[in-house]
Amino acid sequence: MGSEMINRRSTLKSLALGAVSILAIAVASTFPAQAENKELKIGFVGVTSGPAAAWGTSNVRSMQTRADWLNEAGGVKIGDDTYNITIVTFDDQKDPKRAIAGMEKMAQEGIHYVVGPNVDDGAAAVRPVAESKGIIYFPYAFPKSLYVAPASNAVLGMVANYQSGPAIYKYLKENKSVKKVAFIAANESDPISQRDGGVAAAKELGLEVVAETDTYQNDTRDFTPVLTPIVQLKPDLLVLSGVAPANAPLLIRAARELGYEGLISAETAQDATVLQEGAGELANGFISVGGASTPEIRTPLMEEFIDRYTKKFGEYNDESNTKVYALEYIIETLKANPKAIDDVAEFKKTIDSFSAPNPYAKDSMLKYVGTTSFGQKRQVSVPMVVTEFKDGTFKTLFIGEVD
Amino acid sequence: MEQVIANGLYLGAQYALIALGLTLIFALMNVLNFAHGQMYVLGGFVTYSIYGQLKLPFVVALICSGVSLAIVGALMEKFLFRPVIRRSKREESTMLLAAAIAFFLDALILLLFGEKQRGVPKIVSGVFISDSVILPYDRIVVGVIAILMIAAFMLYMQYSKPGRAMRALAQDRIAAQLMGVKVERYSMIGFALGAMLAGVVGGLLVSITGVNSGIGGPISIKAFLMVMIGGAGVVGGAIAGGFILGMMESVGLTVLREYGDVTYLVIFALLMAFLSIRPNGLMGKPWG
Repeated sequence: MGSEMINRRSTLKSLALGAVSILAIAVASTFPAQAENKELKIGFVGVTSGPAAAWGTSNVRSMQTRADWLNEAGGVKIGDDTYNITIVTFDDQKDPKRAIAGMEKMAQEGIHYVVGPNVDDGAAAVRPVAESKGIIYFPYAFPKSLYVAPASNAVLGMVANYQSGPAIYKYLKENKSVKKVAFIAANESDPISQRDGGVAAAKELGLEVVAETDTYQNDTRDFTPVLTPIVQLKPDLLVLSGVAPANAPLLIRAARELGYEGLISAETAQDATVLQEGAGELANGFISVGGASTPEIRTPLMEEFIDRYTKKFGEYNDESNTKVYALEYIIETLKANPKAIDDVAEFKKTIDSFSAPNPYAKDSMLKYVGTTSFGQKRQVSVPMVVTEFKDGTFKTLFIGEVD
Repeated sequence: MEQVIANGLYLGAQYALIALGLTLIFALMNVLNFAHGQMYVLGGFVTYSIYGQLKLPFVVALICSGVSLAIVGALMEKFLFRPVIRRSKREESTMLLAAAIAFFLDALILLLFGEKQRGVPKIVSGVFISDSVILPYDRIVVGVIAILMIAAFMLYMQYSKPGRAMRALAQDRIAAQLMGVKVERYSMIGFALGAMLAGVVGGLLVSITGVNSGIGGPISIKAFLMVMIGGAGVVGGAIAGGFILGMMESVGLTVLREYGDVTYLVIFALLMAFLSIRPNGLMGKPWG
């Protein structure tokens, strides 16, 4: 009786093992390319929760959309090997301590290339970890100390406010007769440093700055009391320094409802749907730095990216027009120098001479810039698109370039 | 100055409404509901979905926000807080439970509604403009609705049978039980009512300030601030706390603007001084 049971169990076990083996062989033969591919992990450390979640979420979703797309196409060939891209994400909750923990996690996973963090203090906090663990990171943060030598592991992933601000103010001074400017910023390090940079740029252009110390708590829900005294100063331009996408429509709406008729601008990227829902036609005329691949200059590949992103996540975020670039720069630089795959010193060597066609914008090249601002190439080159919001969409005002 | 006072009164009305639900739950159950802000956010998203997405009337959306949050509140009381209160004598247990619910709701809301700021079309267009005051009509409507709701809530608590039962519970739980008040039933009604208030105010304000998944925590903190000023567990205290905070913000942001963002610094400093002199707030009782 006992041996009969054992025999039956053995037979069942053999049958199950056989079935699993056949299934495994069938799966392997169906996807031979993917099974042979190596894995290339790219990290993300940034904010994907809280009021600034839109910044990091657009990063993560851009990376995941592009990685899935590349993997679906058979992976990325770097040197003699083909890699499938895996995105490893960490939500730092906009907390520098968590950003450090996130970068440590990336190091433990053997990751050498990380996108993020999204804010100044997080980017500054992770610098020692990145430098000691051999990680190149692409922050969306503006402190020059991150990019000026001896710092060498950070590559700015977008256009900085001190690059876009002067261009915007100059345009508005020359084309819209702006003379008086007021600045308002959230009471946090990023927006305040952006405000200070903006104030300096405006003064340098000979504009009269009528408000330069006004701030608000980032969790403010009703901006009417904050804006009441500023609106009474009747500036020609109200600059929302470093404004989070969640707060921009509320500030615009409060200012307009208080009777403000001048121009409103921001040097941070915004979201058209959020502006339309939150401020509607009151947001018309709002000037901001748009995503780097506006309809006028985008390629069919960018159109497909937007389509894939929308299908995957249900709704597109205009910021992803810029956020899509970091992963592309990492992959293309690794393609240019395969030795950099686990050696960031090789990556740094390649930065100076790197150049590749820009898949997302017409008549444009992927290259590293930043020599004028940082004394070395530590910034990705993306088109600086300044947009004006009109009836739910961003219209391109002008396109510039950063050296 | 008239504009500053109008801003303060409007802010005060909405703050008072936010604080009411929190103080009611505290009064009835001695529970510091850290998830109050998340309930507000959930109510906001319900209104956003029904009014903003499905294009149904705003009133319908507001009722749905209230009803859905009342159900959520009742379920939370019955299946989470009641067993914890029964099994644990330590007050920290309910605080930890409330904090856990807050984190859970934060994550759930982010998952369901995404990370973006959401807004809905204005319920009333146009702006009232006089020589001294500019106030959009939708703010006036929301302010009036807030004041009417506060009045209705106070009348309900004063004259209805459940209201009297809940007040008895808040005054002395054991004595109320001995007098035949069904403690469990009215605790659940009270919790549902508190959650409903959070949901309705979230829905009401989504038409002015919009809503996003990350604002639950800051809303809770502000609500606690008002309750501390007015006195924990006292309905009148929450209303007073709301109006005082609204007025302090409005006046501070105008008078102190040239010194930078010191308004909240001053408010917190004043609050610390005030609580050291009057630890139970304006109307709070030493026994809770």
